[in-house]
Amino acid sequence: MNLNRGRFFAGPRVATLAAFMSTIIASMFSVVAGASTFMPPSATALAAEVDHIYAFLLIASLISFILLIGGMFWFVYKYQRRSANDKTAYITHDHTLEFVWSFVPFVIFMFVFFWGWKVYHDMRTVPADALEVQVMAKKWDWRFTYKSGKEVTSGLDDNGQKIPATLVVPSGRPVKLVMASEKINAASTDPRDRPVLHSFFIPSARVKQDVVPGRYTMLWFNFDQPGEYWVFCTEFCGAGHSAMKAKIKAVPQADFDRWLAEEGGGVLTLAEQGKALYGAKACVGCHSADGTRVVGPTFKGSWGAQHKMEGGATVAVDENYIRESILNPNAKIVAGYPAGVMPAYAGQLSDDELLALIEFIKTLK
Amino acid sequence: MANVTGAHTANHSDSNYLNHEKGLWNWLSTLDHKRIGLLYFITVAIFFLIGGIFALLIRTELFSAGETIMTAEQYSRVMTYHGAVMVFLVIIPGIPAFLGNFFLPMQIGAKDVAFPRLNLASWYCLIIGAGIALASLFFGGADTGWTFYTPYSIKHAPAVICMVLGVFVAGFSSILTGLNFIVTTHKLRAPGMTMNRIPLFVWALYSTAIIQVLATPVLAITVLLLAAENVFGIGFFDPALGGDPVLFQHFFWFYSHPAVYIMILPAFGVISELITTFSKKTIFGYTAIAYSSVAIAAVSFFVWGHHMFVSGQSEIAGIVFSFITMLVGVPTAIKLFNWVATLYKGSINLSAPMLYALGFMFLFTIGGVTGIFLATIAVDVHFHDTYFVVAHFHYVMVGGTLMAIMGGIYYWFPKMFGKLVNDKWAQVSFFFIFVGFNVTFYPQFVLGSLGMPRRYFDYLPEYEHLNRISTVGAYLIGIGFVISVITVIHGLFRGKPAGPNPWGGTTLEWTTASPPPHENFLVTPIVTAGPYEHR
Repeated sequence: MNLNRGRFFAGPRVATLAAFMSTIIASMFSVVAGASTFMPPSATALAAEVDHIYAFLLIASLISFILLIGGMFWFVYKYQRRSANDKTAYITHDHTLEFVWSFVPFVIFMFVFFWGWKVYHDMRTVPADALEVQVMAKKWDWRFTYKSGKEVTSGLDDNGQKIPATLVVPSGRPVKLVMASEKINAASTDPRDRPVLHSFFIPSARVKQDVVPGRYTMLWFNFDQPGEYWVFCTEFCGAGHSAMKAKIKAVPQADFDRWLAEEGGGVLTLAEQGKALYGAKACVGCHSADGTRVVGPTFKGSWGAQHKMEGGATVAVDENYIRESILNPNAKIVAGYPAGVMPAYAGQLSDDELLALIEFIKTLK
Repeated sequence: MANVTGAHTANHSDSNYLNHEKGLWNWLSTLDHKRIGLLYFITVAIFFLIGGIFALLIRTELFSAGETIMTAEQYSRVMTYHGAVMVFLVIIPGIPAFLGNFFLPMQIGAKDVAFPRLNLASWYCLIIGAGIALASLFFGGADTGWTFYTPYSIKHAPAVICMVLGVFVAGFSSILTGLNFIVTTHKLRAPGMTMNRIPLFVWALYSTAIIQVLATPVLAITVLLLAAENVFGIGFFDPALGGDPVLFQHFFWFYSHPAVYIMILPAFGVISELITTFSKKTIFGYTAIAYSSVAIAAVSFFVWGHHMFVSGQSEIAGIVFSFITMLVGVPTAIKLFNWVATLYKGSINLSAPMLYALGFMFLFTIGGVTGIFLATIAVDVHFHDTYFVVAHFHYVMVGGTLMAIMGGIYYWFPKMFGKLVNDKWAQVSFFFIFVGFNVTFYPQFVLGSLGMPRRYFDYLPEYEHLNRISTVGAYLIGIGFVISVITVIHGLFRGKPAGPNPWGGTTLEWTTASPPPHENFLVTPIVTAGPYEHR
């Protein structure tokens, strides 16, 4: 029967198994030996921090793997069945051993948890002096708008191939992206053209953030050195998902200033566009820009402030709060002001117009 | 099995569950848990073939950068059906509804499950649900990915509506099976079979059943809301209508993360059985393994947010989910240590089922440690939605669950059909699947680290080399499964008689004839000791 044959073949089979498994382990080692080539070149200080955690995890995992699976192979080799009547040890448990192998992983997990938390907190804390750029995502392209009104889009080369939009940034200075998702075509009512999720991923900076319709999400990075880096979309958004690429070109500050001043810039800065909308969309009728109280709260000094709401809550005035207050004004009411006065602007302002208005409000210090 | 009295195996009549009644209709209306188990076996095997073909199409397309064999639109669909079929129709029902249905009642000494009619109804739910879901192919096919993320999935397309309604119906299969297993485990145990004597496979299925009953309704309501939004334009998830697209992700993962444990816990149970039988040794740390399953089931409900670290959820939410996710690592590690400790001073028989169990431990360990990479929030931000994640969950789901299914099939085949599979060829299938698996998915860890996002139809030229290796591996896996199908069919028709207990198992199913009689045991077993008394 099978079992007898199993005994006959057991020796060579174990040898084959061991040889084969050690080949796999050896190949994994060789890959780990070149771990630095595993990750894309690290181009920011934060990326280097992520890589340190990664290196720790890689080494800790390898040691655990060798202990566990090495132990498995050793036992399989040492205790292979000699006969169908083998007597085996009767061992049901060992509290000390079980405590140790529960507690040691727990300690390691907690260690990497806190380390991950620390670095993640830095990722989410945007430096105050960051250069701000607005990012618009749509199926399937990226568009960047600077405060000067300069806009960068993708283009076509002579062969009709797409040239990805290139975000030019100064190296050695933090850059903050304020990101939103927009319709393919502002006039379209086809449900398939609605804004969808995207995600902005810079492998060389180890940062990634989903771009969510209906709100703004933020991301920041600070490239140490001049260079060119890829941006990928990492949230599935349809057939063009993998073609939705952009580039970031980090250049010295002086080159950046020169580039920004070149033509291609908008006629008006973002804040100036916002100021025009402030008049054209009749915001000015109810919200003053100089601190006087009209019907609604003044815009002056509101950016970054804490506003007290009806009901006692306090809200920080940021991009998402202003966006909500324009599109759906009755969602939150500032204490001391009546509800139901302002009409909802949902559907009446494009994403670009919203960002310009927000930019204008930011300038009213 | 010395500890059972009155359950001797000599079943002199030739009547067994396979020839008890004849005819197709008797099979389709059967209330016998063993026959329903086999109905699931055939169903899941067919869906696995379909999902596998989609997998090979994906890998063939990705063999070269640019368009290879299909367009980007077709690729989105192939990727969606591979995921949806494998998750909802193969891995989730795979072990519980097939092996669990067959062996849970036998392992606790019962004649059947508590509610045989519900058991049959659950199979029909799966068939009808699968039919509705696959009917979406006739409406151009769904292209949303198996996760149906909004607002992309809100497009008023019949294909998407079909797909989510199919998932809704198939979900009831899972709920009913879970309900049945909970009641069966509590109420139908043989005399003397205390909760501390039930085999670990039953403990694993019991923990799984809790998740199935508690989590699946959340999926049901989520896909129903999605269908309502698609059909009637009610704004649950579309920001243009005042909804929140991230809310969908919370709902979806509130089910789908526990569902990951619906997929892996039963596999843990199979591995516990295999390791103890093929080491001829009692399991090390029965209590730790049993309760760690329950612990994983409980904690699994509070980790869903780790799928959303870059979704825009708050920083504090991300940190809390990272912390709880780390906690899941502990009971998982405990199980691996217990299995290795069981091998110590055993008598290890390297037959095909044991090779699959050892392969499971090898691959699942890699899947597990890479899970810690992803739980570490700052590192996840880089790996999120890249091929690193694809590699990680294939190491867990395929390297884990699928290896366990294969090991379980080869282990219990002699019991199910009374015949032996050619062990040598079963081992050959293992080598192809195991080697092919590593060749396919190990390079994907590197691809992901290098930044290649998942669900990409096309990629930068520098990723091509590793993608080619990965595609070659996928074909090796395919060859391995073809060999295993041949071994199973050969075993069915030409297999040597197995006898009641070819492997020396100690749980109750090995005390009765192979194949078992209609109601499993001629005499109700009386249990006087634990499940793995190899002395």
